[in-house]
Amino acid sequence: MVEIRFHGRGGQGAVIASEILASALFKEGYYCQTFPEFGVERRGAPVQAFLRFDKKPIVIRYKVYHPDHIIILDSVLLNQINVTDGLKPYGTILINTNKEISFYSSFFSNYKVAVCDATQIALKYGLGTKTAPIINTAMLGAFVRIHSFVSLDSVLESIKEYVEVKQEENILACREAYEKVRFES
Amino acid sequence: MKESLIYGKKKVVTGNHAVSYGVLLSKAEVIAAYPITPQTQIVELLSEFCASGLLKAKFIKVESEHSAMAACVGAAATGCRTFTATSAHGLALMHEMLHWAVGGRLPIVLANVNRAMGPGWSVWTDQNDSLSQRDVGFVQFYCESNQEVLDTTIQAFKIAETCLIPVMLVLDAFVLSHTSEPVDIPYQEDVDKFLPPYKPKYFLDVNDPRAFGGLTSPDHYYEIRYKIEEAHRKALKVSEEVDNEFYQIFGRKYGVVESYQCEDAKLILVTSGTITGTARQVIDEERSKGKRVGLLKIRLFRPSPISQIKEILTKAEKVAVIDRNISFGHSGIFCQEIKSILYNEIRRPMVFGFVIGLGGRDVVPDDIREIIDFTYKADYPEEMVYFRGVRL
Repeated sequence: MVEIRFHGRGGQGAVIASEILASALFKEGYYCQTFPEFGVERRGAPVQAFLRFDKKPIVIRYKVYHPDHIIILDSVLLNQINVTDGLKPYGTILINTNKEISFYSSFFSNYKVAVCDATQIALKYGLGTKTAPIINTAMLGAFVRIHSFVSLDSVLESIKEYVEVKQEENILACREAYEKVRFES
Repeated sequence: MKESLIYGKKKVVTGNHAVSYGVLLSKAEVIAAYPITPQTQIVELLSEFCASGLLKAKFIKVESEHSAMAACVGAAATGCRTFTATSAHGLALMHEMLHWAVGGRLPIVLANVNRAMGPGWSVWTDQNDSLSQRDVGFVQFYCESNQEVLDTTIQAFKIAETCLIPVMLVLDAFVLSHTSEPVDIPYQEDVDKFLPPYKPKYFLDVNDPRAFGGLTSPDHYYEIRYKIEEAHRKALKVSEEVDNEFYQIFGRKYGVVESYQCEDAKLILVTSGTITGTARQVIDEERSKGKRVGLLKIRLFRPSPISQIKEILTKAEKVAVIDRNISFGHSGIFCQEIKSILYNEIRRPMVFGFVIGLGGRDVVPDDIREIIDFTYKADYPEEMVYFRGVRL
């Protein structure tokens, strides 16, 4: 079983991102389970979403405490909460940032770091507003590239099902992030 | 939403939307509901189905849950297939009208998303809301997965209409309601075959006026109650038949209870709702270490599957009942029920009661392992109820 934790802020689309990814994994034959941090979500507040997937049916029903990978939609959260809490050694941290990998790799020596400027990509395609860009589809493109769990095509297909507005722009953002993500292999 | 994206597909959906799809496929004719977290998504999606014309139902917006059930009572009395959904304080506010639905023999289906009662204010799961309504006379099903939620919704209408008794299906807040997982959404033709339109013998009709629910003298009230009890006994049998019939068409069945790894088990855990899933994994692990442990999942709470529970539990030496609820001053409610079912048996196991997971406190495998270990080692339940992991 693989477990993933998303860290974002209310309104960035972390929960939808985990649902899109779950749906894409399901298309490729995985069983999946995804849920938001159980609570009362507010715009701008730190939020989490969790995703499990496996080749076998998933029967367990509790939170993800030891994720294999994490996805951080807002790099400012790195200063506010312990995002690596419970992260398995050599797990991957994908960060939405305009900084280089080297900026982070010293902080996260036990983990693999990947960076993608999803904010800039989202702004380019007019997703969300200038002050609150919606970066989830771009982050999915980056995630797909650094892991081989699921194909870009399946994710794009799921985006079409889940995203009703600016579908084409979301797809372009996802593709561009797929190309532009930088990661330690 | 395009119809081609719904029917006959496996979709990744939340527990809440699994209810909505179940109600859509069951072709409910009247839906009356008031929003409340964590239920709201159920009726939100249903209102979209109604607005788009996909579901040809009258969606009645009301000012409270009491009114929601009152509207359902009125609609069901005219012979309509009727649905509502609620949670916690909403269900509590409906209380008076729940009696009306039962006494009026109206086959209303209610989805309750199990949410803890406040204060302390909570939106998270436990079972005290639905179990507080134990004695109104609704049939109650507790679900473990989103697929079971959808399938139970469809089954609920058939059981309700066959026995003329309302049915409540219960799903855990967030752990099911807001969790997405793959769900097989049946074809409409198959559901139509399974669940024909509701055609009651007696209903409110302006062309053939009748009175319902009038003053009932002591000469008749007792018999009306007796008949409700008869309907509950029938509902137990019908629930099993409906489940088997469902299996013939859809290839899935759940049983009114489910016995998991109980053959030769010395210790049997009793669970309901989503704790069951996590417990399954723990039972598998304990079995692989050679421990003779099993699991009894209670899916149908009312009517009580008495003989099924007796048959499974009387073979064990010890039973550990896990309750995500509490009857203050006594014990967990499932535990009381299990004890009362077993009391007259000559050979009966020792019953230990554990209350965990209240107000959405996460229940992890370690909690269940500790309960198994504790029950294994103890000779006798010194306490009526054991709490685990209280942080004071």
